[in-house]
This record gives sequence, structure tokens and C-alpha cells, in this order.
Amino acid sequence: MVDDFGSTALTRLLEHCTDAVQATHAQHGDATATIAAPRLVELLRFLRDDADCAFEMLTDLTVVDRLGEVPRFEVVYHLYSVAKNQRVRLKVRVPEGDPVVASATALYPSANWMEREAFDLYGIRFEGHPDLRRILLYEEFEGHPLRKDYPKTKRQPLIGPEG
Amino acid sequence: MGEPKNARAAEALSGDTRGDLHTEHQLLNVGPSHPATHGTVKFMIELDGETIVDLEVQVGYLHRGFEKECESGSWYHVIPYTDRLNYNSAILANQGYCLAVEKLLDLETPERCQWLSVLAGELSRVGDHLTRCGAACLELAAMTPFRYGIEARELIWDLQEILCGARVTSNYLRIGGVKHGLPDEFPAACRELLPKVRALLVDFEKVVTRNRIFVDRLKGTGILSKQDCLRYAVTGPMLRAAGVPLDLRKQEPYLVYDEIDFDVPVGSVGDNYDRYLVCLEEVRQSLRIVEQCLEQLERLGPGPVDVKDPRVRWPAKGRVFSDTEERIQQFKLVTEGPRVPAGEAYLAIESANGELGFYLVSDGSAQPVKVRCRPPSFINLAPMPEMLRGAMLVDLIPTFDFINMVGGECDR
Repeated sequence: MVDDFGSTALTRLLEHCTDAVQATHAQHGDATATIAAPRLVELLRFLRDDADCAFEMLTDLTVVDRLGEVPRFEVVYHLYSVAKNQRVRLKVRVPEGDPVVASATALYPSANWMEREAFDLYGIRFEGHPDLRRILLYEEFEGHPLRKDYPKTKRQPLIGPEG
Repeated sequence: MGEPKNARAAEALSGDTRGDLHTEHQLLNVGPSHPATHGTVKFMIELDGETIVDLEVQVGYLHRGFEKECESGSWYHVIPYTDRLNYNSAILANQGYCLAVEKLLDLETPERCQWLSVLAGELSRVGDHLTRCGAACLELAAMTPFRYGIEARELIWDLQEILCGARVTSNYLRIGGVKHGLPDEFPAACRELLPKVRALLVDFEKVVTRNRIFVDRLKGTGILSKQDCLRYAVTGPMLRAAGVPLDLRKQEPYLVYDEIDFDVPVGSVGDNYDRYLVCLEEVRQSLRIVEQCLEQLERLGPGPVDVKDPRVRWPAKGRVFSDTEERIQQFKLVTEGPRVPAGEAYLAIESANGELGFYLVSDGSAQPVKVRCRPPSFINLAPMPEMLRGAMLVDLIPTFDFINMVGGECDR
């Protein structure tokens, strides 16, 4: 059973495509919907173009590593509508074995760098991203440091002409 | 003579020789250690003569694992790290983080704390904007206005020192309160120094605002339209310069901002000159806010500056040594840290650069699962190639200055 918690965005989302919404909550007043990963781009487009939602901005994109849960990763999108002064949070679950989710860059150019960061630090791959490279770390860095199983004290091999 | 074979030939035939000035494209590296990059960013610029054909911005030189560090300490350990995000306006980052944790805890701090938090935050914002405008002048080869700006910032930092005990990374705010109340000497110092800051602003404006060279370098450069700002999720003075009156202090009032009288300046074109004018006006508005805070704090008088919630309240030092309950409380907070109920929350404040958000996830323990900082510097920097394609190489400098990328916050 999914509730809309009086949020316009969640109400419209549930009217438009109930089947894609897996769960909702509104902890501390933040309207949140967990949605089916294959429907992500479709729903983002709906939320951006729908007149009642009008989410012009993808303000934030990040990942939560829920090590031990299946699927392991949670990609979190924060949308903001300047016109309607409302926010909504979307989440998609991504499995550990094949951490792939569709890229939002075609809809929101702001996703470009944020998806690169999520790829860099969590190893999530965004399908359809025009330039998916590391952004904060260097190319030779091994692993993805914000994963919970990456030890904080781990050292990286030296790089450079000396090898 | 037949039809010209291509556009360049057509230009040559028509007597327009600009076509001849095209050169073989060259790649120019600026940074990561270059006076104009503030030390921590690299541009790879494809140039046709002096025209920027394409630009790649490389960030990450100041990455030090902010989030990883936050996930391995207690909720309290994060506050000093937030000081080092945007070190030009450290208190605003304190404010964003503490408010986000308070949201998770469902806490509301007493009125006195909220006024103190706004007061400290606005001083920080003034310091940040003065640095931005001053440094921009310096990098456009004008030393004098930089000195005016920095002198004004020094006065603001004097006030911060009286208030918080430190000038830059002040670590003033706490979860559920502030470190201490208004020091006795603060109101007098404020009344003495704010007119000096205003006088310096007047001097600054006299040298800069209508200076022909400055205006020519800024007007029409680095334009980012309203639509592009929204598409790239650009916020803060850059968005307001493009004509969108979005200021989270008005839009989603937090703390006591709904009781404060201040205006939100907007630009029209979205170029560097509009950004400069917006920043300067915001300095004046922030000074107005500081005065209102002071008035309110004097009305409220001295009193407690934290919530009475035992989950986060630090006992007074004197009582720790005489009262068992208080000693246990102190011991638990020091060794373990506060426990935050399981859940997630996102809270955004209007920092000097725009929307500074914190997305926190807790599993109910004393250690955060996730502390995501939504960095306005990082997100505002992303559309830089868009702003500069087709511009002259020299436009890179003012554009980068008014994006005000701060390495600590951008690279985290």
C-alpha cells in the first residue's frame, strides 16, 4: 500500500503510474518515492514536464550503500521545483552484481557531474552518460572509496613515472 | 571566377579578412597551480587564436574524503569538517549540517540560538562575498579594490573572532544550539565596525562599479541564461543574476528568516556584471540582517543557548564535576556521541554560493550512515564550458571568479 502523504508530486506520480512506485514515505516532511529502476527516466520526464509538478531542477544525486541488503545500492535523486516551491526525493535500488542505472543527463544536464561523482565514489554505472569518467579521483585509483567495504585506512599504489 | 568553395573563401573574396585569422587549434593548460585558479582546479582549453572553442574543467585536487571521514565518526565529529567545506563562509556550512541533524532529531532550538545562528551566518556570508568581489578585482589586475574588500573582511572576521573565538574555521554551531551566547563586548564592537565596513564598501564601489575597464571585462561575459541555470541546477547569486528571485531564506524560511526584513536582489542578463552587482547588494542586505539580529538578541538578553533535550545537550562544565547525572551525560556524549533516530532527511540552506544541502541517513546508531553535502560550488562550476564557448580567453578569469568555486566545498 503506497500513500501520497498529501504531496502533490507523490499524488501525481501515483495517478500517472502506480505500478512503478514501490514504496513511499514522508519522514520529516520529505516526500519520497522508491521507484522501479527501469522506469526511472520515464518518471523523471513526467515529473519535469507535468504542469502540477514542474520539477525544473535536479538539485542532487547521490548513492547510499546499504551493505548487507539486497539490492545493495540506493541511488537517490532530489528534485526541486522553483515554480511550485516543492521538493521530492526519488530512489531506485541497484544490485551489487550489475550496478547500472539509466542516465538522467538527457533530461537534466546537472546530472552529468553528479553521475560522474556517483560512478567515481560508488562504482554505479549510468547507461547513456556521454562521458562517464572519474571526476574527483584520478584515473588510476583502484576501487570506489565510499563503498562501505572499502576500508578507510586502505592505501593506494603510487603512480607516476617510477610506477 | 566561379562560386567560392567554402565559407572561408567567401569571406576572403568579400574582403572580410577575419577568416584569415583562424589558426590551427591549440590546447592550453591552465592550472592546477595557477594564480587565477586559486590553486586547485585545472582547465584544458582548446583555442582558436584567443577564442575558446572548447573547455574542460578538471576538479578534485582538494578531495580529502569528507564523506568517508564523516561516516567513521560520531554526529558531532562532522561539524569541524563542515568548517572546511567552504572556508570563506564556514559558519553557513555549520548551520546547514546542524539544521539537518536537528531535522532528523525533530528538534527546534530556542529563539536565542536561532538569532545567534543567523547573526553568525550572515557575517560569514558578508566575508564570502567580499572575498569573491575583491579577489575578482585582483585577478583583473586591480590591487586597490582588493585591499578595500579584504580590509572590510578583516573587520567582519574581527567580529567573528569576538563571537566565536576564531576567525576562519569557527566551529561555532552545535547540534541543538550554539557554543556560547553573545559576548558582552560584541554589540559595541558591532556598532563600531559595521559603519566602517559600509564606508569601505562605498570606497570599493567608487573604484570598481563604474570603472570602464572593470565594466568592459564583466558586462556580457560568462552569460548563463535563466533556463540554462535551471537545467544545470545552478543556484545562489548566479541564478539570481539571471533573473530568478530564488533565495531559500525567503522561499523555504528556516531559523528566524521569516521575521527578518531583507530584500533579494536580482539581475536581468545573467552575466558577470550582474553577478557582481547581486553580490554587492547581498552584502548590504546581510549587514541589515546582522543589525536586526543584534537588536533581537539584546531584546532577548542573556540565557540558555541550547535545547534541553538530553540526547544532545552538553552539561555545563562546572556541573560535570559535582553532579553524577551530568557526569554520565558528559561521558556518554564524549565517548559515544548522540544517537540519532533511524531515517533520512534533506535540508538545504542558502549559502553564499547557493543551495547548500545536507542529505543525512541514520540507522539509529551514534554513527552516520551517510552525510552527503550537496555542494553549490561543484554544481555551479559544471556549466562553465557552456558559459565560455566562443568567448575570449581573458573572459575565463572573471567568469571563474564569479562562479566562486571554493576547492574545499567543490572537491570535498
